[in-house]
Amino acid sequence: MPITALNPGQQKASGIASDGAKPAPKQLAMRYDARAKVTGTAKYAGEFRAPTDAVYAFVVQSTIPSGSIASIDQAAATKSSGVLAVITPFNAPKLPPANPQPPARRHITVLQEREIFYNGQPVAVVVARSLPEAIQAASLLRITYRQTAAKLRFRERLGEARPPKFPGREPAAQTRGDLAAAMSKGTVRVEQTYTTPYQHHNPMEPHATLAWWEGGKLNVYDSTQYIAGDCMTIARTLGIPTDNVHLECPYTGGGFGCKGSTWSHVILAAMAAKVVGKPVKLTLERPQMWGPVGGRPTTVQQIKLAATQDGKITGVQHDVIVHTSLMEDFLEPSADQTRMLYASEACATSHKMVDMNLGVATFMRAPGESTGTAALETAMDELALALKMDPVQLRLTNYAEKDPGSDKPWSSKHLRECYEQAGERFGWSKRNPQPASMREGNKLIGWGMATATYPANRSAAQALVRILTNGHAFVGCGSQDLGTGTYTIMAQTAGDTLGIDPRLVEAKLGDSTLPKAPASGGSQSAASICPAISAAAMQAKLKVAQLAINDPESPLHGAIVADISASDGRLFLSSSPGSSDSYADILSRNGGKPVEALGSTEPGEDSTAMSTHSFGAVFAEVAVDAETYMVEVRRIVATYDIGTLINDTTGINQLEGGIVWGVGFALHEESHLDETYGRYVNANLAEYHVPVNADIGKLDVTVLNIPDIKFNPLGARGIGEIGITGTAAAVGNAIFHATGKRIRNFPITLDKLMNA
Amino acid sequence: MNPFEYQRVSSTEEAIRHIGAPIGTHGAKFLGGGTNLIDLMKLDVECPSVLVDITRLELTKVEPTANGGLMVGALVRNSNLANDPHVIEKYPLLSQALLSGASPQLRNMATTGGNLLQRTRCYYFTDTAFPACNKRVPGSGCAAIQGFNRIHAILGQTDHGPTSGESCIATNPSDMNVALTALGATIHVQSAHGKRSIPIADFHRLPGSTPQLDTNLKPGELITAVELPVSRFAKNSWYLKVRDRQSYAFALVSVAIGLEMDGNTILSAGMALGGVAHKPWRSLEAEQELAGAPATRQSIEKAADLALEGAKGYEHNVFKIQLAKQSIMRALTLAARGTTAGREA
Ligand SMILES: Cc1cc2nc3c(=O)[nH]c(=O)nc-3n(C[C@H](O)[C@H](O)[C@H](O)COP(=O)(O)OP(=O)(O)OC[C@H]3O[C@@H](n4cnc5c(N)ncnc54)[C@H](O)[C@@H]3O)c2cc1C
Ligand code: SF4
Repeated sequence: MPITALNPGQQKASGIASDGAKPAPKQLAMRYDARAKVTGTAKYAGEFRAPTDAVYAFVVQSTIPSGSIASIDQAAATKSSGVLAVITPFNAPKLPPANPQPPARRHITVLQEREIFYNGQPVAVVVARSLPEAIQAASLLRITYRQTAAKLRFRERLGEARPPKFPGREPAAQTRGDLAAAMSKGTVRVEQTYTTPYQHHNPMEPHATLAWWEGGKLNVYDSTQYIAGDCMTIARTLGIPTDNVHLECPYTGGGFGCKGSTWSHVILAAMAAKVVGKPVKLTLERPQMWGPVGGRPTTVQQIKLAATQDGKITGVQHDVIVHTSLMEDFLEPSADQTRMLYASEACATSHKMVDMNLGVATFMRAPGESTGTAALETAMDELALALKMDPVQLRLTNYAEKDPGSDKPWSSKHLRECYEQAGERFGWSKRNPQPASMREGNKLIGWGMATATYPANRSAAQALVRILTNGHAFVGCGSQDLGTGTYTIMAQTAGDTLGIDPRLVEAKLGDSTLPKAPASGGSQSAASICPAISAAAMQAKLKVAQLAINDPESPLHGAIVADISASDGRLFLSSSPGSSDSYADILSRNGGKPVEALGSTEPGEDSTAMSTHSFGAVFAEVAVDAETYMVEVRRIVATYDIGTLINDTTGINQLEGGIVWGVGFALHEESHLDETYGRYVNANLAEYHVPVNADIGKLDVTVLNIPDIKFNPLGARGIGEIGITGTAAAVGNAIFHATGKRIRNFPITLDKLMNA
Repeated sequence: MNPFEYQRVSSTEEAIRHIGAPIGTHGAKFLGGGTNLIDLMKLDVECPSVLVDITRLELTKVEPTANGGLMVGALVRNSNLANDPHVIEKYPLLSQALLSGASPQLRNMATTGGNLLQRTRCYYFTDTAFPACNKRVPGSGCAAIQGFNRIHAILGQTDHGPTSGESCIATNPSDMNVALTALGATIHVQSAHGKRSIPIADFHRLPGSTPQLDTNLKPGELITAVELPVSRFAKNSWYLKVRDRQSYAFALVSVAIGLEMDGNTILSAGMALGGVAHKPWRSLEAEQELAGAPATRQSIEKAADLALEGAKGYEHNVFKIQLAKQSIMRALTLAARGTTAGREA
């Protein structure tokens, strides 16, 4: 896979007083945690040891989708070898009533009720000396249920769709302009329904928790995307002060959204540890990833587009129905991007939901934009075809110069350049618009494209930076690294700001005692914590500069702050670079103690006065077998406008990972629900298909690397999720171009192509 | 997982002795690569009380036989078999089928005997939370008939409705077995009662009224070897596997074809289908139709239609009928063009 990152990677000294546009940061070329990862010393939650030997808990799940537990006979299980406790709704410790405040607005079932809301709901926990003994004892539980009729057939219940009970970040329904009038002006129309399936996140590391009590204090190792939120939810659910929870998670083995909330097993581990008075380790088995820890809701999306002959879109309507659980509303906001992506006279969008006897749904990589762009960008392709217009040209014709939804200016938008650059690298201008016009032997070849987009988010964050007496540095931030590169950019940002080689910076994250950071979700981590780290480093640097200025032995004695810059571990005068003093020397002459500072930042004007989004253009080439309809993705070419690329290695990898997932979204990924029993039948990694290496052809990913300094001082917007957006539609559009067959129900499997 | 006893044996006789010993309710099982058995034990689908580890037995050779065939030890790993020089030269069909299965890691573990006996991937069989599965709990019914049945059978299934204790629409998931069927292999087995040989066509079975039985192997029988007859199809064979992704997925439909050709005329044919029935599906009618016929689209299509006669699909798998037809025609065309030519295509 040849990979190209267009990043000048400039290396410049960083001036203390500089503000506004920053030069591209000095990059840490190798991942901070590369050695730990490849040598196996990077420890994950389930691999830690408690001060005393841990015992093992196994979660027993319901096997019916709806009703209540009538009885649990635990005699045989209790007597089974190695068993220490069997906890059920009949004997579980009572917890305080659920507190619906964020971030705990999840409904988790922690053995406080006997009602069954879905098949797979936790109904008991068995604690034993070893995991095999716990699992064996679990199979001896005799559970009887009172079963009631279950709501499992989504497509048959669309008529029951209702608005969500809670407003999301955006209102569920929104109308701009006079839709009917605008629609009637359009002479070319597309009106289609698109569907996306149930999906379940499956990071390499399933959820895992190790918990033990020391008096009223709880220690937890938990695989999480949100240390601070996890602590708060655990504390509230158990009814203890947040300060009494110490949580650590130095590495998260992938999350994709499912580790952004605190699910039942975390609380159950803490509860079990209390009951048996020992440390308890609870790791979920792979099949347990389907149900009790969230997933992506299935969607049905109706889109209407109307345009005049010249390709100007007059009206857009996007109505979404998703499923939700009976416990809690979670909305996959698939129509949100439709409000901002293209200019039009009028636009109406709505979201509704259907109650189902299924586990709570949750954020899954690009919640909303992944499913939404799959539909909208397919509809755009259909419109281009109806107009006999090039799909890129259609998008340029309706280019939004400001956010049409909010009517605000963009903080920075260079989508046009994305179309240009990716299109040129792909060779789009050579495309014959005629579907089914390219053939190589048995293979039908097709080219398709789509727009990618994801909001740029940012939250308040804090970080600590310490300059050490040996001239090295330390940066601490209670953030998480999901394999995404947080360690790397932490060390890099601190080093860059301090003028210290980032390889000499120690980074620590994943501990609730560190300064607070937001959830690693919504592609916001880099954009939130890097400014805080930068601010902390700036303060620390200033403190040392002040020491030097006041130190008669320093060549910087008496200098003015604004004249002091830093590079290679030394402070120097911008006006006379020969005058310099190293951090190590300054500190050793001035008390011999490290100097530290806390940085704290929050979103400013950007969050209200401007619209902040990332954009991209994705082009795909597929080869479809003319008889078996097996689809091969030969290449994907994509260019993104994501502001500053902070680190080539980690950043491009994030984008590629998103694209690979987008290919899986297009072709493979689906949890198949048995609609009688309410169980997902392919709940394992052999049968839940995601792309394998052979499914991914060439990837050519580039970024424009134009800083968005109105968004934050680093100019960086998030990149964790945008890769998945647009990709599914680009692949689907390429399949249409290859075959002349339009599949509107994702994933596009060979049976659907054959029957079309 | 139930507690079990683990026995490591070093000779065929010892293996047979241990498997025959009077043991718990679930009996004893041989352990090959464990890639299927251990998974099913973790799922509580298989619950042997004794595991007889046969991986130290010296059944690991691939040797030409006196009459010009090939004898494959039951413990030859799938990757070794696929890359064996005799197999590559004389039975490329088998090599191709093996290499299309699972992943390199799994093929390094999987044994010839274990692959023959791998169980169905029917979702309702592998998840004990589903109450109805005649194969797992005889007499309980068949949840697949009205459930999600995309990977299920279109030929030879027993369907007396979802509540019948005889119904089963499961498929045999193996790729190797399909090639072995087209090649006409023989399975050699040994037990306390002696040795016997079973033609592969009689080894796996259709569900009939006892879907709990996958094969005609008797309790206590150890597979010692698989014998391939004299190679006839080396020049004109093809294994086509149609699946949901490019690798590491079971076949939705697969076709193994071996042809003996004289110019453009097919002298004889061996053909089997995978992913469509409870056993590798062999159609003698289709093979007879091909024998003596020219390798034209017309005769190929006729053979495909004959092979699929009586096919019946379900809500999610009816597409397999058309897919199987197109796949047979493609595989026949490629095989007729020649094993090497097909690879280049
Ligand atoms: C994720 C995944 C994907 C896969 N994909 C494919 C695929 O695409 N195509 C495919 O064909 N297969 C596939 N497989 C299945 C794989 O080929 C089988 O699991 C493997 O061949 C079984 O061989 P084994 O030696 O590991 O058998 P084991 O698991 O050791 O045994 C299987 C059964 O055979 C019995 N047994 C073993 N040896 C003997 C003997 N000598 N005599 C009598 N009984 C014996 C055991 O008692 C057991 O009942 C896949 C498996 C997995 C886990
Ligand atoms: S098809 Fe066979 S294996 Fe599957 S549920 Fe029915 S009886 Fe069980």
